[in-house]
Amino acid sequence: MTGSPLNPRDWSSQPAYIDSAYRSTALRGPTRSLIPAKPALSALAGPVFGHDLLGELDSNLTLNGRKDNDPLGERIIVTGRVLDENGRPLPGTLVEIWQANSAGRYIHKVDQHAAPLDPNFFGGGRCITDGEGRYRFLTIKPGAYPWGNHVNAWRPNHIHFSLFGHHFATRLVTQMYFPGDPLLLLDPIFLGVPEKSRNRMVATFSIDETQEGYALGFVFDIVLRGANETLWETHR
Amino acid sequence: MSAGKPALLGQTPSQTVGPYFAYGLTPQQYGYAFSSIAGSTMAEASTPGIHIRIEGRVFDGRGDAVNDAMIELWQADSNGHYARDHGANSLFRGFGRCGTGTHAESKFWFDTVKPGVTGQRQAPHINVTVMMRGLLLHSFSRIYFDDESSANVTDEVLSCVPEDRRHTLLARRVADGVYRFDIHMQGDQETVFFDL
Repeated sequence: MTGSPLNPRDWSSQPAYIDSAYRSTALRGPTRSLIPAKPALSALAGPVFGHDLLGELDSNLTLNGRKDNDPLGERIIVTGRVLDENGRPLPGTLVEIWQANSAGRYIHKVDQHAAPLDPNFFGGGRCITDGEGRYRFLTIKPGAYPWGNHVNAWRPNHIHFSLFGHHFATRLVTQMYFPGDPLLLLDPIFLGVPEKSRNRMVATFSIDETQEGYALGFVFDIVLRGANETLWETHR
Repeated sequence: MSAGKPALLGQTPSQTVGPYFAYGLTPQQYGYAFSSIAGSTMAEASTPGIHIRIEGRVFDGRGDAVNDAMIELWQADSNGHYARDHGANSLFRGFGRCGTGTHAESKFWFDTVKPGVTGQRQAPHINVTVMMRGLLLHSFSRIYFDDESSANVTDEVLSCVPEDRRHTLLARRVADGVYRFDIHMQGDQETVFFDL
């Protein structure tokens, strides 16, 4: 499991563990300092997931929950590349997503928001990046939904993303937001991230990815920690 | 930054896994009609090694068990090889995933094999990732075994941990082949989390 140690996590781009505006963090975020591990340990490779684990429709959320009709809502294409900080694409890495339906309702049994479930929409999907680190999902634009964090609290439209990268330490769970959403600047989860890096979680609309007569295209590139090339040179 | 070195791209920030991950990340465990890429059963009967179960709960700062956390394990096989290593046991992928929302007491559990030693100054251990609603950035920890005390004292990671907190990383053997590993997010017993 040898490889190049990673650059450290950029803590200046990350949300704090305890954030008074996001109430659930108060009892769940660690309070003690993290213990620094030796840089060499960040070289540990992570799990690999093969195409054998994926179903044929896993990256097409307009079909993978379809029963007898098309799901309701606005079809969208969500695509992008998974890169490391050095700009190198990360091929062969698993990307998992989950989201609410167009009415802002999750199929999850715990979600009791009084908006309709869509019998033809499941909301979960996944794919493995290609040789250029590219992923592509076809889905339905998720709706906004209320949550109990504060009075009249609404989550902006978002898609949850889970990624692995090539190292154990490159694991990332994040959320993709949509450009121009007025709820973004009212959302404690989005605002928990320092201002300079918030826009890294916002997709851009792309007319090039938009498929004529069919679906709008959004591009969301994801950057994971990259190899520390300076360290690697000295360890070689 | 040294001259001529191109600027790095900015790392994408983390966000919480939220309360609704189950149908996307652990669908089979929670009874959704979607296959899972990994689950609690990490080892089959035919997997070489000492078969063990690891179970535990995740506690919040009030001492309440968290019923919407997700735990991932990543470990070497019984010979100390990770799945991509030369010589690894190809039957054993070494990755497991379990949510705490399907057990009456909010337990997570994994059926696996005890990992072998992966290198010098490494005691047998399992890498742990903890995610939940209210946790904006996942936490990395490690499971060590309380019946490996002579290996544990030589471990280079454990030795970085203040002595009075090392016990938070020990899975306790509670029955034959069963280890208990509770995760405390806060409080006197707060589990050690690593900046990896």
